[in-house]
Amino acid sequence: MMLRNFLLVTGLLFSASAMSAGGGIELMHADTNLSDKSSLQRGARTFVNYCLSCHSAAYMRYNRIGADLDIGDDVLKSNLMFGTDKTGNTMTIAMQKNAAEQYFGGAVPPDLSVTARSRGLDWLYTYLMTFYRDSKRPFGVNNLAFKDVGMPHVLWELQGWQRPVYEEEQHEDGSVTKKIVGLEMETKGSQSEKEYERTVRDLVNFMDYIAEPIKLKRQKVGFWAIFYLLIILLPIVYLLKKEYWKDVH
Amino acid sequence: MNTLVKSLYGLRDWVDSRYPLMKTWNEHLAKYYAPKNFNFWYFFGGLALLVLVIQIVTGIWLTMNYKPSADMAFASVEYIMRDVDWGWLIRYMHSSGASFFFIVVYLHMYRAMLYGSYKKPRELLWIFGMLIYLTLMAEAFFGYLLPWGQMSYWGAQVIISLFGAIPFIGDELALFIRGDFVVSDVTLNRFFSFHVIAIPLVICGLVAAHIISLHEVGSNNPDGVEIKANKDANGVPLDGIPFHPYYTVKDMVGAVVFLILFCAVVFFAPEMGGYFLEHANFVPADPLKTPEHIAPVWYFTPFYAILRAIPDKLGGVVAMGLSTTIFFLLPWLDRSPVKSIRYRGWKYRSWLAAFTVSFIALGWLGMQVATPAYTWLARFFSVVYFLFFLLMPFYTSNDNDKPVPERVTS
Amino acid sequence: MSDDGINMERRRFLTTSATVAGGVGVLATAVPFVSTFTPSAKAKAIGAPVEVDIDDIEPGEVKIVKWQGKPVWILRRDEAALESITGLNDEVRDPQSEVEQQPGYAQNEYRSINPEYLIVVGYCTHLGCSPKKVLEGGGAPFGLADDWEGGFFCPCHGSRFDLAGRVFKDVPAPTNLIVPPHQFLSDTRVIIGEDSGVS
Repeated sequence: MMLRNFLLVTGLLFSASAMSAGGGIELMHADTNLSDKSSLQRGARTFVNYCLSCHSAAYMRYNRIGADLDIGDDVLKSNLMFGTDKTGNTMTIAMQKNAAEQYFGGAVPPDLSVTARSRGLDWLYTYLMTFYRDSKRPFGVNNLAFKDVGMPHVLWELQGWQRPVYEEEQHEDGSVTKKIVGLEMETKGSQSEKEYERTVRDLVNFMDYIAEPIKLKRQKVGFWAIFYLLIILLPIVYLLKKEYWKDVH
Repeated sequence: MNTLVKSLYGLRDWVDSRYPLMKTWNEHLAKYYAPKNFNFWYFFGGLALLVLVIQIVTGIWLTMNYKPSADMAFASVEYIMRDVDWGWLIRYMHSSGASFFFIVVYLHMYRAMLYGSYKKPRELLWIFGMLIYLTLMAEAFFGYLLPWGQMSYWGAQVIISLFGAIPFIGDELALFIRGDFVVSDVTLNRFFSFHVIAIPLVICGLVAAHIISLHEVGSNNPDGVEIKANKDANGVPLDGIPFHPYYTVKDMVGAVVFLILFCAVVFFAPEMGGYFLEHANFVPADPLKTPEHIAPVWYFTPFYAILRAIPDKLGGVVAMGLSTTIFFLLPWLDRSPVKSIRYRGWKYRSWLAAFTVSFIALGWLGMQVATPAYTWLARFFSVVYFLFFLLMPFYTSNDNDKPVPERVTS
Repeated sequence: MSDDGINMERRRFLTTSATVAGGVGVLATAVPFVSTFTPSAKAKAIGAPVEVDIDDIEPGEVKIVKWQGKPVWILRRDEAALESITGLNDEVRDPQSEVEQQPGYAQNEYRSINPEYLIVVGYCTHLGCSPKKVLEGGGAPFGLADDWEGGFFCPCHGSRFDLAGRVFKDVPAPTNLIVPPHQFLSDTRVIIGEDSGVS
């Protein structure tokens, strides 16, 4: 398992160096599924338990989550709502902006409502998979997708701790630099590697959902709109045009 | 039934004796004779009008829920996307509509270049069209600030800074446009005003002038033959057909096909891979942090590439300004006796091809990070772009044009 | 152009079909646009039911709470007030609250679940002004008569209501004040805007 993880990250780093112009590493595939409601429900739990203490999702209403993910008001209140008891409220947090600034050394944790749309799902997935120990950083962690990230590894209890694997790189001028080529598991977490992948996948899935809760409905409406235009209206106007243009040709 | 029809005709006549109702109908539709040989390229004028209507209607609806304030703009867009019933549809129609507007307008302009539609007697028609295009760019620029995302903010910052390049008054002018020392709430508020009322009014007025002058001189066609030169005994052009019903029914087919493509984007790819809605614009504007890679929306990138290609601030701004306004001179730069590409010689054909490639290449380069290699490429294509215009008087006056037929072909 | 051989019937049929099909499309497109005018999720969240403690209201006092952005009055009535209501049966327009201005469980003389508490929306049923609470009887302000027994007076157009929110005869307001859906969660706590569909 550890080896597989190592190979995975290694592979991804090697292919990344091939595309040096793009900067950063090649992303893993989030492979999420918005119509998988149980995945979204698990993602919601993880989000509320691990993200929502520092990050808000201030445009997302709890009752919307309840309605979209088939979660009843009681379960919603007892399992997902800790800061408020009004289901119509949005996912705001109690942490004050200046307190956050102090705790995180100037950086306020961003609102996560539309982060999936600005960062992309694969990036989020990769980001949550590639925290590693780095004693030089304030929280003792660094990240492959987000260099010198200001956020601690909040999921460490689940994933465990990874440490980087270095390779020495000889330059033409004779100097040698160390380069991270992969990550390996140092301390195991409470979840197996498979379980952790699923946790992250569900979480990213949920973040995709809150970034655009309307997405599935949008596609459904779109199907009917195009069906109407293509199957009903287009043949009629085409025949109409043909009929009138008999005069011309 | 008969009495109903009769009273409707009565009402029409009542209005008609007080307002030129039938006269307008006839002049612009029923007795406006358009050449019978319009092809694919002639859909885009009508489609531009359709997009204009979509943008105005969705814009009115967005204004009902949007808040033009630095503190609330970003949140109000998300409010529209989530809390307002069907607000997402209206917003996506508007944001996709902006890109579709430029697609349609670029194809419409390219049509004019293919068939020489700007040539005498349609110079003024072309100038009105160009004015519409320039105001449309202003409209798009002002509108792009409104979502108040990172791209909105820094895009506006960069474009306004262009004015800072103007000697002597530049810095003051940039300050004047912003109304503040940085792009701020004040800037947003005035851009909102320009975007929702000032510029749309100008565009509508120009569109009216564009259509009136078109119907005065008559439409060009893919053969570039003046149909008014051959009329029957009643003064009706032999190669003309009434716009209504023939082109109204034909344009309906075009409109439906267009709407299918439009819906495909609105419902299935509203971000269009980051080209119609840029990823960085889902991060609220932050005056302290520039996104790593900023590029304008795709429809501005050819001119942006020209701006970056010139290693001098003022020079770049001037070149960019010229690249958009030089189109105004086309009617006078083009010395060819022939209008349509069908009968033009190899010189114009080759130059137009080179221009087309340059425009697309510059558009692509404008989206990339400016590496030295790309900058050199952009310089090369910028030169081709301008040479197309500057050399036009020469290569069009001695081209090996083909004989133009008397009447339109099929 | 040739005019002969035109199939007018086919043209008319296709024109009608195109008009109908296009019209359906336009109407379907209009639906989302019209729907945006309905209260948004935010408005609904703000208009959500509110819970109120009522044990701190003294007899003869009104507590005002906001529900759906509207003022809701909770009036605690003593025996005298209830007697006054019964005595006014002949002077009010709809003494038995037959017009549906209240949920079924408040359709009674006192217009309440618990006669002690009157819960009404504080908007006049005439044109929506918020009436004044003139709870004291006698020669009150606003030019009310000396036999005024306490109630509500709308200064906009002079409508008067008694202590059950019932409208008097000969005033412009047509109906009694609206009793919002509500239910008692306990003796001292009431929720306004929600009644779980029970009476």
